[in-house]
Amino acid sequence: MRAELRAIGALGLRSIRNTFRYPRYLGPILVFPTLFLAVNTGGAGGAIDLPGFPEVHGFLDFQLAAGILQASLLAAVMGGTGLALDIELGFTDRLLAAPIRRPTIVLGRLAATFVLGMFAAVWFLAIGFAFGAIVKGGVLGVIFVILFGGLTATAFGGIASAIALKSGTASVVQGMFPLVFVILFVSSAFFPAELMQEPSQTIAHYNPVSLVAAGIRGPVVFGLSASDTLDGLLGLAIIGGLGFVLSAWGLRARLRAS
Amino acid sequence: MAAIEVQGLEREFKGGVKAVQGIDLAVGEGEIYAFLGPNGAGKTTTVRMLTTLLRPTGGRALVAGHDVAKEAAAVRRQIGVALQEAALDPLMSGHELMRLQATLHGLPRAEGRRRADALVERVGLGYAKDRRVGTYSGGMRRRLDLGMALVHEPRVLFLDEPTTGLDPSSRAAIWDEVRRLNDEGTTVFLTTQYLEEADQLADRVGIIDDGRMAIEGTPAALKAQVGQPHLDVCLTDGANDHAEGVLARFGEVRPGIEGVHFQVTLAGGAGDIAPVVRALDEAGLAVAQLNLVNPTLDDVFLAETGRHLEGDQDTGEVAALSVESG
Repeated sequence: MRAELRAIGALGLRSIRNTFRYPRYLGPILVFPTLFLAVNTGGAGGAIDLPGFPEVHGFLDFQLAAGILQASLLAAVMGGTGLALDIELGFTDRLLAAPIRRPTIVLGRLAATFVLGMFAAVWFLAIGFAFGAIVKGGVLGVIFVILFGGLTATAFGGIASAIALKSGTASVVQGMFPLVFVILFVSSAFFPAELMQEPSQTIAHYNPVSLVAAGIRGPVVFGLSASDTLDGLLGLAIIGGLGFVLSAWGLRARLRAS
Repeated sequence: MAAIEVQGLEREFKGGVKAVQGIDLAVGEGEIYAFLGPNGAGKTTTVRMLTTLLRPTGGRALVAGHDVAKEAAAVRRQIGVALQEAALDPLMSGHELMRLQATLHGLPRAEGRRRADALVERVGLGYAKDRRVGTYSGGMRRRLDLGMALVHEPRVLFLDEPTTGLDPSSRAAIWDEVRRLNDEGTTVFLTTQYLEEADQLADRVGIIDDGRMAIEGTPAALKAQVGQPHLDVCLTDGANDHAEGVLARFGEVRPGIEGVHFQVTLAGGAGDIAPVVRALDEAGLAVAQLNLVNPTLDDVFLAETGRHLEGDQDTGEVAALSVESG
């Protein structure tokens, strides 16, 4: 067990290192969501005056959850892309020939995705603080937000890994890129679901990403609450459970195909 | 106990494609075994099964005493693998990759670092160990791949076409290292398309064709089976009136193009060269060129299958003898 944990750590460290060594991996995780946050906050700041918009300290505070979610989802896509590149390159064969359990290969990648998700949360919190946002949940709230960032990336990372394992092609995983935006737009990540038109409102209501958004946003705009935290954890359980099942299926398919 | 023991090994892919069709072989401890065959013959599929990367669909294979299908984890602990395309992460340094490999094989951190340090030096990459692998040449990548396969001191080493695409000096460096490893007791199972590689390195050779074992034995014994060396004789123009009669005294003669080339099988082996030269001289026949051609593993393959091995279609191993006169 200890050897497996060391292997997961070593594989995770490799993925993190590679992300920071290759700007093409890191760029999408930080640059796109940051630009989106800037444009959205600057252009739609008046939204907080709309009737039905929750009372918040500022629109940036409200949008931080969207930035963190977006970056976490993109970290998941980049993790899946890295796994697919390993398959294309033949590096996965090297790992399969080593005396480690097969799931360790995926878990190593997900461990890195977890760290990158937390890093993204820290990045957006830093931007928020720099531009006057406050976290009502205090230090504990900051810790919750960072953990949620990591867990969100990991949960979606399972789905991205499944696609990577099944397809074995990086371009297929990168094809998820536009989907990330679609999933976010039909959730309450950017705007409260109550202010959306149908059918988006109904979709957002059932979209588990809305639950995760509540878990991240709650500590920032309202302070720590059990209901937001449980919503967030429920959303993560749904997405993570789906990711777990799909990646286990993807791994089996990959092992059969190799 | 044999290091590798294979009985009736089969692999059928989706669509009914049978890549390996009932191979039997045994490789002794400390042996270098070369698995030779053209592209698509089933070499890589066999290696992938023996290294637990692919499940056999029939037959049985034991590596280091463990069944590749039922005891895959135990097999992986005993083997080192360098696959066809040196699959290395271009963003990592050589030293980082070595340390990662050590961790994957469960070596303690300090031990892994010590082994990584020693192995990068051993494969001649000490000067480049902190450079990203993406900047390495093909030969450097192969040497690193070989070093990584050795990090846990495996009992059996699998090398899948380790020198394909390498220049002669890089190829020679890999051969030296393989010999050195074998001298230290490591069993080596090597696949190759290069006849010379098998000839130079292997204690025994197995030739595979269309998923089946065509023939197996020591290189010398296999070559002896296909016959004696022959001499390619090229005479100067117009000097060939009675050449065939002179050469026929030494063995079977096959006339070649334009009446100036002849091929004579030397019934007395290479020792007949000097008498042939003397006889031609005494008959007043001027020789333009003379080449001694020994049977090769390609001739063995040709004799068994009626085809040449891909990429090695020259007629034989030409000895360092080239006489020109006139």
